[in-house]
Formats: sequence, structure tokens, C-alpha cells
Amino acid sequence: MENLNLILPEIFISLSIMFLLILGVFKKNSSKITFNLSLFAILITTIITINETFSVARETLFNESVVIDSMSSLMKIITLIGGFIVLVISSTYLKTFKIYNIEYPVLILSSILGMMVMISSNDLIVFYMGLELQSLALYVLATYNRDQLKSSEAGLKYFVLSALSSGLLLYGCSLVYGFSGSTNFDIISNQLNSEEYVLTFGIVFILVGLAFKISAVPFHMWAPDVYEGSPTTVTLFFTIVPKVAALTVFIRFLYVPFLNLIDQWQMIIVFLSIASMVFGAVAAIGQTNIKRLIAYSSIGHIGYTLAGLATASNEGIQSSIIYISIYVIMNLALFSCLLMLRRKDQYYENINDLSGLSKNHPLLSLCLLLILFSLAGIPPLAGFFAKFYVFKAVLEQSMYFLAIVGLLSTVVAAFYYLRIIKIMYFDKEKDKYDTDHSLWLKFSLTVSTILILLYFIFPSQLVEVVSRINII
Amino acid sequence: MNFPILSSLILLPIVGALFLFFTKDKEGNNLTAKYVALFTTVVNFLISIYLWISFDQSTSSFQFVEDRIWIEGFINYKVGVDGISILFIILTTFITPLCIISVNNSVKNRLRDFLIAILIMESFMIGVFCALDLVVFYLFFEAGLIPMFLIIGIWGGARRVYSAFKFFLYTLLGSVLMLVAIISIYWITGTTDVVQLYDIGIDVKYQNLLWLAFFSSFAVKTPMWPVHTWLPDAHVEAPTAGSVLLAAILLKMAGYGFIRFSLGLFPVASEVFTPLIYTLSVIAIIFTSLIALMQEDMKKLIAYSSVAHMGFVTLGIFTLQQQGIEGSIIQMISHGLVSAALFLTVGVVYDRMHSRLISTYGGLVSVIPKYSILFMLFALASLGLPGTSGFIGEFLILMGAFKDNFLVAVIASIGVILGAAYMLWLYKRVVFGKLLNEDLKKILDLNRSEYFILSCLAAPILFFGFYPDPLINTIEVSVTDLINMHNTNIASK
Repeated sequence: MENLNLILPEIFISLSIMFLLILGVFKKNSSKITFNLSLFAILITTIITINETFSVARETLFNESVVIDSMSSLMKIITLIGGFIVLVISSTYLKTFKIYNIEYPVLILSSILGMMVMISSNDLIVFYMGLELQSLALYVLATYNRDQLKSSEAGLKYFVLSALSSGLLLYGCSLVYGFSGSTNFDIISNQLNSEEYVLTFGIVFILVGLAFKISAVPFHMWAPDVYEGSPTTVTLFFTIVPKVAALTVFIRFLYVPFLNLIDQWQMIIVFLSIASMVFGAVAAIGQTNIKRLIAYSSIGHIGYTLAGLATASNEGIQSSIIYISIYVIMNLALFSCLLMLRRKDQYYENINDLSGLSKNHPLLSLCLLLILFSLAGIPPLAGFFAKFYVFKAVLEQSMYFLAIVGLLSTVVAAFYYLRIIKIMYFDKEKDKYDTDHSLWLKFSLTVSTILILLYFIFPSQLVEVVSRINII
Repeated sequence: MNFPILSSLILLPIVGALFLFFTKDKEGNNLTAKYVALFTTVVNFLISIYLWISFDQSTSSFQFVEDRIWIEGFINYKVGVDGISILFIILTTFITPLCIISVNNSVKNRLRDFLIAILIMESFMIGVFCALDLVVFYLFFEAGLIPMFLIIGIWGGARRVYSAFKFFLYTLLGSVLMLVAIISIYWITGTTDVVQLYDIGIDVKYQNLLWLAFFSSFAVKTPMWPVHTWLPDAHVEAPTAGSVLLAAILLKMAGYGFIRFSLGLFPVASEVFTPLIYTLSVIAIIFTSLIALMQEDMKKLIAYSSVAHMGFVTLGIFTLQQQGIEGSIIQMISHGLVSAALFLTVGVVYDRMHSRLISTYGGLVSVIPKYSILFMLFALASLGLPGTSGFIGEFLILMGAFKDNFLVAVIASIGVILGAAYMLWLYKRVVFGKLLNEDLKKILDLNRSEYFILSCLAAPILFFGFYPDPLINTIEVSVTDLINMHNTNIASK
């Protein structure tokens, strides 16, 4: 008998989804209660995950097609917390646009479920199932503000391109299956020793599909449009949660089934990483919309996480995970600020709307200042440490070129972060924004900013948690 | 366990800043905020004086060392001082209160935020000078960019945005390579602790590249020719207090870095690249002195003179002679006092006339005599007149240079003449001559606080000019040991 306790979080969250759907259908005006119940569900799932799986070193289930180890537990917890905060700070925004419906929490829950399946997958089919579940939920979420043209466009664009990438991914999976005769990662890992060209194609297709999901250059084209068009809270969800899941799958693929073929994929990852870092830094300079800018900046940040993966070492993987955790915190903080730019039921998302913010809202702009400097990687803020760990791992493998290009692109990236600071602090002020924000929004901004600011006092804690992850 | 005196030096300004952060910001002259900031910095100054008194001058080992685990098995938070760094700490704690007194006239809006920025800046600067771990050093070195960027950008002049960006991006670009070098050192030797690195030494084959990486950062910060262009812009646009901090302390970080890290960690590479430093320093001395001659903006002139003076400093450091390095350190301290004083004197007339152009002035001596006397003292100190601290530094540097390389020393000596030329000409055009500008007749002489600040700066300039022993005694043993260590390293390789 399988130990079902280990997948209790997934079971619980699927049951909650079904229950909430039924509740939403049969009870009128149930959006508020669905919201609260789904928050409750995520909370309980998080607690179950921490209790049941966090101490598990490595267990497999269902013919080794699902794996529970310290990486999957940590990433699930990050996903769940990210999802929780997104949901909790969404309500005001959704109410403003009159899209405060039951579908929203249910869709978020289902995509989280998909991601949790992805994160735990140790089998091509399980992985693909999870991927599709989360993608389908995300397509709908992107179009969630269906009365707006841009939102529909974003959803359609995301759907078409994502379907294409899923196709590539599937094709790659089938090639790999053809060569190894199995869909299980561990078996594939033992079978793949040859240097057949076709196999290389399979790997390339899978990596392309994953690079698309994580929006690494040159497969990033969808990101700016989708980020801009989607409702801001959904953009927040897009920026953090799917990236965590996709990164886990990336690690899993590279270091379990394809570990023996390291020569073949290492250059690809280095290329993806350099291209993302450089492009993310350069392309963001001309942006005027904050959401588009965040899209490019997140492309750049994904470049740094991939740099950690390219090292083919445990330190590299750990540094990538640290990077993505700090990235999640920074983006939560950044979007909390963005959601505060509200005046009379209208949200502002152009960079120029921040003009002179520091005079009217000194605290908000101070938080934003710290967040932006942290994103730019200036010490002593958390963003610096994230980059520091990555480059420490990269330099351990003597990959000097990658490190130098990466650090030089931080200088370019610093320019556009500074530009926002300049607009906030040096320019003329505009009208005041509303200050009656929900308590949760303030809470999320305060906590994440404090984490960013004071990370340097206790840098060891995160390292300690992550250091339990040994994939290779 | 001793009292963690260095950490309290670093933390005290931050505590003051936090306190200010929770007070209410008032429009206009916020006296409470000013007194809080002043009190914090003066206490800090007194602590640092206590540090100097209890400092043991007979040893070159690091004193007041604090060593705490920071990132398990990787970085220790390690601070300590020796003869080289202690003077810079005192310089920092001495200049900052004067800056705070001087904000009266130059900063009109958001005084509280300005003071917070200055206090945070102070704690980062002290951190730079006592860090004994490369990563900790880098952290403080880079973190200083944030408050300085804001000081220039928010309270600066007309082209402040351009200058702030240029300052930030230039220095950041220089520094990222240093980060690569620091992490590489960790992987090569297994530690980033400077004291241990002095003992272990770094393999010769890596030294050249690592030296260049550190150089890229320090050269921008010094600033050396040809990467000095951010400095005049930053100086001109920064508010007076910002210029003072920039000239007096920020520029010294790089000179200190050269002595502590480039010489200490990479002795072989330092020998290899001495000609490069000599060339750049000599070009800086001659070329920027000539540029300074042509300036019409007073602040810009002083900024270029800073570049020239820092050229002397880098020259002196890489002579690798006792006199040269001691001269460089004294020159840095003296330049810290003199350039601060010069920027403040320019600030005085700028606050009254709102013009930095030399042509606005002329004949000031007949209206504001007190000001003119103090200005003369600082101008003479800047050109290195015997009897001022500027002389001791330049003289020792040139002595060291003559020992090492005759030609370089001769060319550098020409720089001394040029220095005299632009300073005296500036003084002549501003203070002497006919009083043509009618507005100048109504100008007021120094008020009490200005008089106090400038006298505070004049006293040590004269004192150390006549009696430099306290400075030399403090640094002597450390410099001797540094050179001995350098020579044994060279001999063994």
C-alpha cells in the first residue's frame, strides 16, 4: 500500500477545489465565502505540506512516478505561500473591476494543484499532466478581465504560444521515450548514455518547451504582452508562482534524466542564461508601463536563476533556489506597491504615474526604493545576496564569462531601476493616491520589505534550509 | 570580551537615523532633527577619539578586532583597525558633524531625510575602513552608493539627475569586477578574511587578473584618469554637504583600498603594474591640473584639483617606499580636510550669491575679510605650502618617488607648480581685484556657524602642518610592516 500521507496536500487541495466549485454553483453570491475558504484551504495545505513532507529526505510513490524530497517540499511551500498572498491581496483589485467571482480562487487553486503535481513529478506523463492543468488554469486567468480587450488578447496570445510550446515539449518527450523505453526519470537516466543526434533533438525540444514556460530568451515573446494585458493580480501570479514550479521541473529534468548528457545541455543553459540576462536588462530600458517593465526585469532575473543551473553542481542548484525565493519576495513587495497606486477606483500602471511619489507618500516610496535597489542587486539588500550566491556557484566552476556578463548586465539593469527611483524622488509630484488599502496589502508590503531590508542580518537561515537539497 | 567599539561606531549613526526616521518631518529649518543628527555624530567622533587614544601605536597587528560568524562556514563579520585605517575613521567622524552643521544654508527642503542619508552614509564609510573581510568590505563599499545617489539626486543642482546617474553607474560598473575577483579569491584560497589572506598569500599566476579587477573598481572611485569624468559632474551638482563627503571621504576609500588590498594581497602584481599606475597618475597630475586652470566654475576647479591630488596619492602608494606610502596616507587625510574646507568656502559664497562662476566674484577681500583669510589658508594648504598639512603629504610622496623613479618624480613636481598656479589664480580672481559686481557689496561675512566650521578645519590643517608627528607615529609601524611583508613576498616568489 502506498503511503498516501505524502500526497495528502495534493489530495486535500483537489477536494477543496471540487467542494468550492459545488458551493459556488449552488449558493448565490458566494464569492466572498469561496475566497475565504480557498485561503483557508491553501493555509491548511501549507501546514500539511510542512508537517507531512518537510522532513522526508526522498520517497517515491506510484511506481516511482511521483517523488517527494526536500526540494519538492520547499518549492511547494513557496508556491503555496505565493498563491496565498496573491489571493489575499487580490480582492480590492477584483472588486474594483467587478470581477470578484468564485472562478478566481478556484482557478488559482487548480493551477497551484497543477504546479504541485509538476514539482513532484518523476515521470514524463505525470509531469505533462501537471503542466497542462496549470497552463489551462492560467489561460483563463489571463483573460479573467474579459470585458477588456487587452486582457482577452493576453489570454489568447498566451494560449496559442503556450500550446505551441507544449507541442514541442511533447515531441521532445516522445523522442526521449523512444530512446529510453520508459517515461520514468530514473530509468531514463540510466538508459541515456548515447550521443545520438536524435536524442539531442529530444533534449532541445524539452528545454525549449521549459524555457518557454519560464520565459527565458529567446522564448520570452509572450511575456511582456501577457503581463501587460492580464489583470495586475494575475500578473503577480504569473511573475512568481509558475516560475517557481517551472524552475523545479527544469532542475528535475536537467539533473535526473539528463544528468549524463551534461555536455549537450550545458551550453544551451549558458546561452539561455546569458541571453536572458542581457536582453532583460537592455529591453527594459525603453518601457513606460510598469507591468511590461516587470516582465522584462523578470526575464532578466530568470537569466540569473538559470546561471545557477548551468553550473551542474549542488551549490548551483541551491543558489538558484535561493535566488527564486528572494525573487518571489521582491516581486510580492513590488506588486503590493503597484496595487497601492489607486485613485478613485482606477489603477495606475505607467512609470510616469509614480512621478514625485516621495512627496505625497514618503513611506510607500521608501519601500519601493528599497525594493528597486534590491532588484538591482545593490548591497546590503536581499537582492544582492541572491546574486552573490549565484555568482559564487558560477565562479566555483570557473565560468568566468558567464559571471562577468551577468554582473555587467546588472549594471545595465540598474539603469532602469534607477530611472523609476529618479521619477519617484527627483520629479514633480502629482495628485495623491488613495490610502485606504486593505490590511492584507499593507501587511504583505511591510513584511516583504522588512525581509528584503533585514535579510543581511540573518543570511544563514535560508542557506541552511536550502542546503538540504542535494539532487546530484 | 571587550566592548565592541568598532561595531558601535558603525551602528550609532544608523541608530540616529532610525530615531530621525520616527520623528515628524517639519518644513523649513528642522532644528530637532539637526540636533539629533549632530549629537549622534559628535558622540561618534568622541568615540573615535577614544579609539585613537587607546590605540597601541607600537604594533601593526589589527586591534579592536571583532569576529563573528555571519554566513555559516563562508563569511565572518570581521572588523578591526590598524595604523592605516584608524586615521580614516577619525577623518570620517570628524567631517560628518561639520557637514551637518553646514546644512543650515544649503539644504532647504526635506532636511530630515537629508540628515538620515548623511548618517547612513557615515556608518557605511566607517564600515569600509574597518572591514577585515573582503565581502564585508564590498558590502559597505557598494552600499554607500544608495545614500550618495539620493543626496546628489534629490538635493542637487540643475543637472543633478544626469550627475547622479553617472556617479552611480560608473562606480557600480567598476565594482562588479571586484565582486568577481572577491569570489574568485574565495575559491582559490578558501577564505575572504584579509588577515588570513595576508598569511596565506595568493598564487602568483592569479594575481595579475585579480589585481586588475580590484583596480577597475578603485580606479573609478579614486578617480584616476581617464575614468575621472564622473567626479566633476557629481561635485558640481551635489549640495555642499554632499560634495564635502564625496571629496573628503568617499575618494579616500579607493586609496585605502589600494594600500590594504592591492598592495597587501597582490604584491607581485603590484610590482608588475607599477608603471601603469605611474603613467596614469602622472597624466592625472599634469592633465587635470591644466584642465583645472581653464575652469570657470569654482566647484569644478576644486573637483579637478581633487583628481590631481589623488594622482599624487596613487603615485605615492605605488612607489612602495616608506615615505611614499606614509606621504600618501597623510596626503589623503590632508586632502580630506582641505577639499572639505574648499567646498565649504565655495558653499559660503554660493549660498549668498547663488553662483559658482568665478567671474561673478572679484574683490571679496574688501567686503568679507574674515572669509578671505580663511580661504587663503585653504588655498595655500591645497597647493602644499610648508606649514600646512598639504606640504607634508606632497613632500613625502615626492621623496618616495625620487627614490624609486627619477623621471616620474620630476614630472610630478611640475604638477606641484601647476597646482600652485590654478589655486592662486582662482584666489586672485575671486578675492582680489576690483569689486565690479554691485551685488557683492551687500554680501555678509561669515556667520557664527560657518566661522566655526572653517576654523575647525583650519586648526588641524595648520597643526599637522607644523607637527605631523601624531599622524606619522600612528601609521609608521603599520606601513613599515606592510612594506616588509611586501618585500618578503616578492623575495620568496
